[in-house]
Amino acid sequence: MDLGLGISKKWDYFVDKFFLFLTFLGAILVPLSLIGILIVFLKEASLAIQKFGFVSFIFSSEWDPVFEKFGGAVPLTGTIIVAFIALILGVPIALGIAIFVSEVCPNFLKEVIRLAVDLLAAIPSIIYGLWGLFTLAPIHARYIEPFLQKVFTPIPLLGKLFEGTPLGIDLFTAGIVLSIMVIPFTASIAIESFYLVPRVLKESAYGMGATKWEVIKDVMFPYCRIGIFGGIGLSLGRALGETMAVAFVLGNINNFPTSLLTPTTTVTVKLANEFTEADKDIHLSALFYLALLLYIMSLFIIASSKYLIMRVRGK
Amino acid sequence: MRERVLKIRKLTSTTILTITGLCALWGIFWLFFIIFDLIRHGIASINLSFFLEVPTPPGEPGGGLKHAFIGHLLITLGAISLGIPLGILAGTFLAEYGRNYRLSNVISFLADTMVSVPAILIGAFVYAIMVKPLGHFSGWAGSVALAIIMFPVVIRSTEHMLKLVPWTMREAAFALGAPYYKVILQVLYPAIKTGLLTGALLAIAREIGEAAPLLFTSFNNNFLSYNMNGPMASLTVTIFVYAMGPYDYWHTQAWAAAFVIALTILVLNFIARIILKGGKH
Repeated sequence: MDLGLGISKKWDYFVDKFFLFLTFLGAILVPLSLIGILIVFLKEASLAIQKFGFVSFIFSSEWDPVFEKFGGAVPLTGTIIVAFIALILGVPIALGIAIFVSEVCPNFLKEVIRLAVDLLAAIPSIIYGLWGLFTLAPIHARYIEPFLQKVFTPIPLLGKLFEGTPLGIDLFTAGIVLSIMVIPFTASIAIESFYLVPRVLKESAYGMGATKWEVIKDVMFPYCRIGIFGGIGLSLGRALGETMAVAFVLGNINNFPTSLLTPTTTVTVKLANEFTEADKDIHLSALFYLALLLYIMSLFIIASSKYLIMRVRGK
Repeated sequence: MRERVLKIRKLTSTTILTITGLCALWGIFWLFFIIFDLIRHGIASINLSFFLEVPTPPGEPGGGLKHAFIGHLLITLGAISLGIPLGILAGTFLAEYGRNYRLSNVISFLADTMVSVPAILIGAFVYAIMVKPLGHFSGWAGSVALAIIMFPVVIRSTEHMLKLVPWTMREAAFALGAPYYKVILQVLYPAIKTGLLTGALLAIAREIGEAAPLLFTSFNNNFLSYNMNGPMASLTVTIFVYAMGPYDYWHTQAWAAAFVIALTILVLNFIARIILKGGKH
């Protein structure tokens, strides 16, 4: 008995250490893959980095596979503009939804709206893209964009935004589709932070005679600003890295957009369209260079927003 | 004067709160618009041959997407068998063996960050480490890309579930002389099995609609293939290719495929919710 117990104890010890090792291996894969992606992108992009440098790459708008001249200015600007439009349209709506759910609507509606927000997040981006291409783009081209042109053209500066032929495949459509997609990220984090506001704080503001909106604006928003920033950051991260939804409706044209109604390209759209067709090493390397820049940009934004959200949850 | 100010303040408040209601309506409007469209276009072109037949030569209407269904299934199974066990192991380290190390907090944070890394970059990464060295696209590469996407999702849910188990439960097992691995395998995992299952289902629901990571890894294939070492069709990539293609019947088939994917995701989410609710009682 004694001997058996001893052996089984030793056996247990080894198995335990082995299992510990296995789980550790799994866990260490996380930082390894994040760093691995960075290293692999750096290595694959090295050809383009050497040839074009950093400054001239991000400021050059040439993208010419035939003459092997590549610059990332257009896709990089496109990425930022599309994300910007998506946030301008999406974030106020998301915050509105969050206020409505946490402060205004009756209880039975709360679950319904939260479910709807969850569902918006669960729809894969390829379906947003397909729907954007076949449903939204024609509607935009036929009704919405001509209407916007009629309204805005007489106004000096805003008129510029809506110049061009309304084709539906443009910045505007891409921005609208993305703005719907980013709603859940800001909304769910904002709802969560609104619930964390201490009751006493709100009650005391009401006690002083504040209206509901004043309580939201002067008590809840300042209290939740970190969480809200985090949520907006997550939306931004999503908007920057979104591929399929945008690939359908943005066209892949390497020109700077001159108005909201012109097609352009983003880093992700360029990758999706050209990656498998790049037959020259330098072309592929330039694409990896774009991927590297996008990776660094989105990793930074995502990590800082997650940090903010973590701080809110820890409070 | 004071009365007027009060009135204006009240009016402002009511106006803005009404606008927030409109915001909610706006979100729900788009959701219903998309779902309605998906059903309208999707149902119209779903029939038996859509599931059971391979594609006709381009330009000849008819045929189905059997090749994409098989490909998608095989790639997803590969991803599940890689991503879920690894995710559970890593989550176990973070919540159990490594719970007191600062490193675990860092890894947990990084996993949370990894969840949001743009999917297309994962595709480019797998292209560089698998497709380029091997010289060809493959179903396995697609599985690896999807596994990388599922991995952090599973880690987070496993870690979360394990941390919900009261510490006394482990102590009771330790007191009987059980080594840690036995506590984990025979006490903790059974205790959180519904949670693990839910986490796995949600992770699958998340990756099953991904197209971007498959574009450069499993690529596409117009023929039925069971060979995971070669390029393979998937529903999502087929949707992209067909939607951008010139033929009308391609477009309707893309809608039908999108409908099937959306339905699958909905069902997975639904089952996960039911399991979670059942487990709480």
